[in-house]
Amino acid sequence: MQRYTRFAILLHWLIAVLIIGAFAMGLVMTDIPGITPTKLKYYSWHKWAGVTILALAALRLLWRLANRAPPYPAAMPRWQQSSARSLHCLLYVLMFAVPLSGYLYTLSAGVPVVYFGVFKLPLLIDANAELKPVLKALHYWLNMGLAGAVGLHVVAALKHAFIDRDGIMQRMLPTSSIQGNP
Amino acid sequence: MTWSRCPLPLSHLLHRLPLPHLRHLSPLLPASLLALAGAVSAAPLKTDLANSSVAITFKQMNVPVEAKFKKFSAGIDYDAGKPELARASVDIDTASLDLGEAEMNKEVAKKDWFNSAQYPKASFVSSSIKPAGAGKLNVAGKLSIKGKSADVSFPLLVKLEAGKHVFEGALPIRRLAFNIGEGEWKDTGMVADDVIIKFRVSAAP
Repeated sequence: MQRYTRFAILLHWLIAVLIIGAFAMGLVMTDIPGITPTKLKYYSWHKWAGVTILALAALRLLWRLANRAPPYPAAMPRWQQSSARSLHCLLYVLMFAVPLSGYLYTLSAGVPVVYFGVFKLPLLIDANAELKPVLKALHYWLNMGLAGAVGLHVVAALKHAFIDRDGIMQRMLPTSSIQGNP
Repeated sequence: MTWSRCPLPLSHLLHRLPLPHLRHLSPLLPASLLALAGAVSAAPLKTDLANSSVAITFKQMNVPVEAKFKKFSAGIDYDAGKPELARASVDIDTASLDLGEAEMNKEVAKKDWFNSAQYPKASFVSSSIKPAGAGKLNVAGKLSIKGKSADVSFPLLVKLEAGKHVFEGALPIRRLAFNIGEGEWKDTGMVADDVIIKFRVSAAP
């Protein structure tokens, strides 16, 4: 079965690690009571991770627009093909929506993002006390949506690898050492 | 010195006195009365708090932060004709700093930061104000925060806006000189040592 290009595989796993890390850090940092230096540090790292994900997602979208994904096996049921396409589409939307909502949330709180403490990123919106709770809730629920979508994505990939054994998951693995039976 | 601008009857009296009389009288005039004439000849202004502000800016992991003090009072004696007699004092409620997040506002009132329970007020009192060109004054005085005092000086801009005097200035300080941010907050890589106090006081004659 045709695999994704090395570049696409690299982007996929890099973004996967960053998303899981930023998501976990988001849960941990908002759980720290009061204000501590550690908490402030985590907030900054979380924002830097989010901005990195946004940039890599843009790169990934460009790759996807310029390249075709490897085709599904002909034997794969139609409903599965269209569900997979829909879920991938949703993941792409969330890869942008989640970091963007967080970015706008911090701007609405009047805290600009200084990437790695060096580059001050553009102030797309002004501080806005009314928008702030809305964007906070939006960022939270988009994240829960992303967690759900990633969960489905992982379950589907594992089903293809270990139940269907159709080589679908192997298309995106860094090595093809885990052999499916296409 | 132009006595005609002074609102007190005493100055009118002095102004009208013929010079020989004044010379004759001067040893009899109590020194304290003369001092009083000088001290009160700058006019106390009425502070317009709604159009005044005291804010600080600093950097947190290089992210610029601006926060305003919600409660403060300012007393300014100022007569444009006699700027050198001007006096100013500002009192700030340290627990009233608004960082835009309730949790942060609570944090800065704590012991490591302002310790507002023990030191509820920060204050500035001028010791000398000197004219420094059109619309400019050089101000020196004492800044007290968290039980620590320091002599500071800064340029002050003065302008008239809708019949009110508007005083604007910025005073850079180092937070650690006043023990603002103790313990683990001493780390200036987290919260920078440099803090700029920015203020604007609008006051009517």
